[in-house]
Amino acid sequence: MTSWVLVMPIAVPFLAAVAAFLWRANPAGRMISLGGSVLTLMASIALMVAVLDEGVIAAQMSNWDAPFGITLVADYLSAVMVVITAITGLATAIYAMGEIPEATERLGFHALFQTLIAGVTGAFLTGDLFNLYVWFEVMLIASFSLLVIGGGKERLDAGIKYVALNLVSTLIFLSGIGLLYGITGTLNLADMREGVANAENQGLVTVIAMMFMVGFGVKAAVFPLFFWLPASYHTPYFAISAVFAGLLTKVGVYALMRMFTLVFVGDVGFTHEILIWVSLLTMFTGVIGAAAQTDFRKILSFHIISQIGYMTLGLALFTPLALMGGVFYLVHHIIVKANLFFVAGLAKQYAGHTDLDRIGGLYKSAPLLAALFIIPAFSLAGFPPLSGFWAKYLIVKAALEIDAWFVAFVSLLVGLLTIYSMTKIWGLAFWKPHPDGIDPTPDRAPPQVTRAMLTPIAGLAAMTIIIGFFPEPFVQFAETAATQLLDPTAYVDAVLGGTP
Amino acid sequence: MNSVIFTAAARLLVALMFVFSLFMLLRGHHLPGGGFIGGLIGAVSFIVYSLACGPAEARKALRISPEVIAMLGLGIALLAGMFSFIVGYPLFTGQWLWVGGDSYETAAFSLNTVLVFDIGVYLVVLGGILSLTYAFEEET
Repeated sequence: MTSWVLVMPIAVPFLAAVAAFLWRANPAGRMISLGGSVLTLMASIALMVAVLDEGVIAAQMSNWDAPFGITLVADYLSAVMVVITAITGLATAIYAMGEIPEATERLGFHALFQTLIAGVTGAFLTGDLFNLYVWFEVMLIASFSLLVIGGGKERLDAGIKYVALNLVSTLIFLSGIGLLYGITGTLNLADMREGVANAENQGLVTVIAMMFMVGFGVKAAVFPLFFWLPASYHTPYFAISAVFAGLLTKVGVYALMRMFTLVFVGDVGFTHEILIWVSLLTMFTGVIGAAAQTDFRKILSFHIISQIGYMTLGLALFTPLALMGGVFYLVHHIIVKANLFFVAGLAKQYAGHTDLDRIGGLYKSAPLLAALFIIPAFSLAGFPPLSGFWAKYLIVKAALEIDAWFVAFVSLLVGLLTIYSMTKIWGLAFWKPHPDGIDPTPDRAPPQVTRAMLTPIAGLAAMTIIIGFFPEPFVQFAETAATQLLDPTAYVDAVLGGTP
Repeated sequence: MNSVIFTAAARLLVALMFVFSLFMLLRGHHLPGGGFIGGLIGAVSFIVYSLACGPAEARKALRISPEVIAMLGLGIALLAGMFSFIVGYPLFTGQWLWVGGDSYETAAFSLNTVLVFDIGVYLVVLGGILSLTYAFEEET
């Protein structure tokens, strides 16, 4: 029965997508989507409980033994990513009830959204490389549709850039899979680990590793492959850009973490050294790019890039502490980033725009929103005692531990510049009076809209605070996850059944 | 397309192709064929019909909108895969009920979840392809 614990977090959103599509012209569709998100969260918590109970769990689909069938496998990292995906999904489903207009719902918004969640969850759970590609495709199709849904020139423009660059990355990824399959004769990740280690031509393996780094790098939006992200994330509905900002790039980071701890560990000195420089440049260019923007969402988009650098840095340093920081950062970042986009959406409802030069006065008229903005914003910048502080602390400490002074310096500098951007938003959107002289009162949005949009913001802010004040269990969890990543014996044994 | 010959021939071809697509669907799993190829052939039959009589007429002949067909197919395929939950096997494990024997060689025919899954795939492909082509045809 273990196998069904792994299947349910994927199957539930798929079924919800089918049902939500069939009732898309009906208010029931909204409720189906919401109910589906609740059930998905329950299923993923059941998965988490099973993983905490038994360690790494794996299941062979269709009862075909690994490495021939498709394996679903969950270690600590996968399990926590699935849970956080479900939480973000639920928050977005609630938020969407306030934001998404009925006409968009009738086009099948909820079905696409649930499909996206299923795709993300599938990518976190699969133990098969080609299956990972399939989940990337599911995500790409669903996210492209969500990006352009609702119409408009801007959205189509963003959508074309998004889909074109992601297709290129998928092609590189697919070629890499083909080459790797040619070398090892398997697609199962656990089996591939051994096949790659025993490969005669290690030079070719490193070349393939670089192809994967580029392929996943585009998805994760690292330097210099990130330009599609700020070109597209500021156009769709806020609910959609929040779920994109929270989850999509993180799937790329997850895939990097998985491949470069499980499969490509033959030449760590070379591959991970490149990754260090890529991470540092990502962090720095992201935060500098943000400083030049004046649009609420564009600033946040550039900050995604900058933060991605910290996560890949955790992987690149490749010590237990650094990976632990990377895992912790992933979880913290998803909550905080999605929340900031939610706040941006509500600020637009109140003040009428997302361009910071054209809004203001929110602190006076909506103090609750201001307070709820402060929490994720300062967490993002790494203020103690919020969750971002611990995440940055772990990464910087890991860098200092191996005497990587420059890395630690850049991490701290980027943190400082992040504060600059956050205070810029604070100053322009919240403190400064509204340039049109109007009072951006909450009455400008209908009360049920405000309620639906404020609930997930408050919920995620509460989670940020909880992680910040009680980091102990989360840090311990991240530590175990990092241990499992660095020594994947348990993972391999769970997938291949312990047979040599 | 205003060709009497084509319109007249289409009537014959469409029915023939559609029956053939069902034949391919049922033939699948043990012999070459299956839901995907069957769905493609089925979609082609409706495309020929829409070329002969126009997309509006073809939509009417289909009765249900192609998007709904595709989503229903997805649901059917998934539920067929989840059937193995009842008997305690992992997702998508095929469940077989042999009639008049106990294996492929001896049985007269079988009832199985694999066919249900294939029907789901058939509907996904049919609905997916048709919603794309109809959208293109109606635009021009």
